[in-house]
Amino acid sequence: MAPLLEARAITKRFGGLTALNEVNFQLDEGHIASIIGPNGAGKTTFFNVFTGIYVPEAGTVSFRGQALLGRRPDEITALGICRTFQNIRLFGNMTAIENVLVGMHARVGLAFWEVLARSSRWRIREQALWDKGAELLGVVGLRDKANELARNLPYGDQRRLELGRALGSAPALLLLDEPTAGMTQGEARSLMELLRRLTGERGLTILLIEHNMRVVMEVSDWVTVLDYGEKIAEGRPADVQKNPAWSRRISAGSAGHPPRGVRAAEADIMLEVRDLHVYYGEIHALKGVSFSVAEGRSSRC
Amino acid sequence: MTAVTRAVRAWLDRPLLATVTVTGLLLATAFGVSYVPRSIVLFMLFQASIFTLYLARMPAWVKGVLTAGTLGVLMPVLGSINAYYLEIAIQVGIFAALALGLNIVVGLAGLLDLGYVAFFAVGAYSWAIVGSPQANLIFGGSAFPLPPWWFFVFLFVAVAVAAGAGILLGLPVLRLHGDYLAIVTLGFGEVIRVLANNLDKPINFTNGPKGITPISRPPIFFEPLLRALGVDAGPVAIYPLYLYFLVLLIVGATILVNRRLENSHIGRAWEAIREDQTAAQAMGVPLVRMKLLAFACGASFAGAVGVLFAAKQVFINPESFTFMESIGVLAMIILGGMGSIPGAILGAAVVTVLNLQVLKGLSLWLNELRNAGVSIFGFNLADLPTQLEPAKYERMVFGLILVLMMIFRPQGILPAKRRVRELEDG
Repeated sequence: MAPLLEARAITKRFGGLTALNEVNFQLDEGHIASIIGPNGAGKTTFFNVFTGIYVPEAGTVSFRGQALLGRRPDEITALGICRTFQNIRLFGNMTAIENVLVGMHARVGLAFWEVLARSSRWRIREQALWDKGAELLGVVGLRDKANELARNLPYGDQRRLELGRALGSAPALLLLDEPTAGMTQGEARSLMELLRRLTGERGLTILLIEHNMRVVMEVSDWVTVLDYGEKIAEGRPADVQKNPAWSRRISAGSAGHPPRGVRAAEADIMLEVRDLHVYYGEIHALKGVSFSVAEGRSSRC
Repeated sequence: MTAVTRAVRAWLDRPLLATVTVTGLLLATAFGVSYVPRSIVLFMLFQASIFTLYLARMPAWVKGVLTAGTLGVLMPVLGSINAYYLEIAIQVGIFAALALGLNIVVGLAGLLDLGYVAFFAVGAYSWAIVGSPQANLIFGGSAFPLPPWWFFVFLFVAVAVAAGAGILLGLPVLRLHGDYLAIVTLGFGEVIRVLANNLDKPINFTNGPKGITPISRPPIFFEPLLRALGVDAGPVAIYPLYLYFLVLLIVGATILVNRRLENSHIGRAWEAIREDQTAAQAMGVPLVRMKLLAFACGASFAGAVGVLFAAKQVFINPESFTFMESIGVLAMIILGGMGSIPGAILGAAVVTVLNLQVLKGLSLWLNELRNAGVSIFGFNLADLPTQLEPAKYERMVFGLILVLMMIFRPQGILPAKRRVRELEDG
């Protein structure tokens, strides 16, 4: 069977920097695949090439046998590829459900005059859109927050709303750029369960960029490792873990933690907070918080 | 201050009480105006009670009846007592339609347009040229002015021509946003004005700075009806009322179109572009098409009111379409609240009334005091320099209001409300 998405010899340069160097990539339908690698490895650039935001200097990308390069981002979305962003890019001053409705734009299929005339077709279609939007919010677990402004949602909800918005365009391929960034382990796990359900029930294909190794190894059918714009390894998660190139990169990335439980001398304190109270209107958000950070130590909240 | 607004709100939130209060206010102020027709304060109280009508919570049909009664009966009656009030109402209407058009471009799609008045000019000149003998200079012969009923055709022609001009402006600025877009649109506005100023040679299209006159007014097609009803009124009495109702019709149409667009996938796409255009495009919103549509829709309203403006003024020249007009319309929607339909209308009303009534009224009052030789604290007002005239400080007062507004209420007087939609349990 031909792969759903196939990229051949993609090269993308920014001035003197080669972000992607002749990278080949393919993705089979119904799979969950991950792209991993250190920061600056070219992972997001790869996404931007797939979604038409960047045009590479060389190479070809095809989706279901159709060439993607040279198409605009909205045309690519209409073909069935949709994405989320690493730094959440919701429409902050619109409600959660309106965000999802914008995601459906390519599937609306109403003419300008039908909107002006409020034809019966418009009425039926608009109602169907709202129903579908509510359903998708239910899928990502935000059904009861439909009418809240996107910018007022907590961080984890914003990430899930981005997913819901992307689902709005009824994609065949979903590109998720660090979907669990900033989530707790529990939130990340439930998100991964959701992704697995989506591939199972809706026949979606998912491509992830992810730093959370536990997530990657658990959920992926296929892992690709990028480093300095080159593909240095790929394969099943278990095989990639054994690959010497990968383990070298990953071990180099994690520095040792400083010893815990060392009490800082008074003189070393760089930042000190004593009895901090914060009120938002009537909400007492911080109630007498005190802490100090000493020089040369890492502290956690 | 907040305590007062809260009390007023609480009062107006009870339907029956609100209906009685608002009806009473409207009738009392209208009666007051008819009794003392020259009192600016009373007329402004009348306007304020129209605003409370908007704020009050009451059944939709009651509100509809009261609005129709106020705008359709009370206002024309007051206008026939003091014609100047009708003039103000017409001006408010013209600017409300302009503000609603600009609201689509700036408020919804977030494309800062500083040359909006250009489309107003395009509409006005399209009727002015063919609705006056001016077109004979271009085409020769003596076929022009066109018969007055063409006015109605040109309302629609101007919509198309202005929408075309909107697309023409839109094309080169598609890749720009923010400051760059603002500068290009500013330039476009000036280009149109300078063209109007200089297109009297080699072919005389616009008659240059001298302007075009006389421009045909819409025909009084209902004259037989009036005669049958036994109303004997000359065109001098009829036209202000006639134009007033035409403006009302146009504003009504713009509100309708605005609302329908706003509550549709088109409006949502515009707002998405305003919030984050890269994300919007990645979600499948075709940027080029939607931006051009925003420019075209916004411009088309201005085109239609332009035709009406030309007919109302009978004379137009490039002076009516300066950069300050664009800024004025922009200020209206900033004052009222970006992206908010009631805000745009209120902004238009506040700015127009401020210019035409408050400041002019203060000037007149000061002059009267000066002429009467009144003295305050031993200072004779007759010694005041004649330059001190509030009407001359129009822009300053205006600027001050905007500065204060930005500091204390940047979202505008009536900010856009998110529509909350009840969802079925699924």
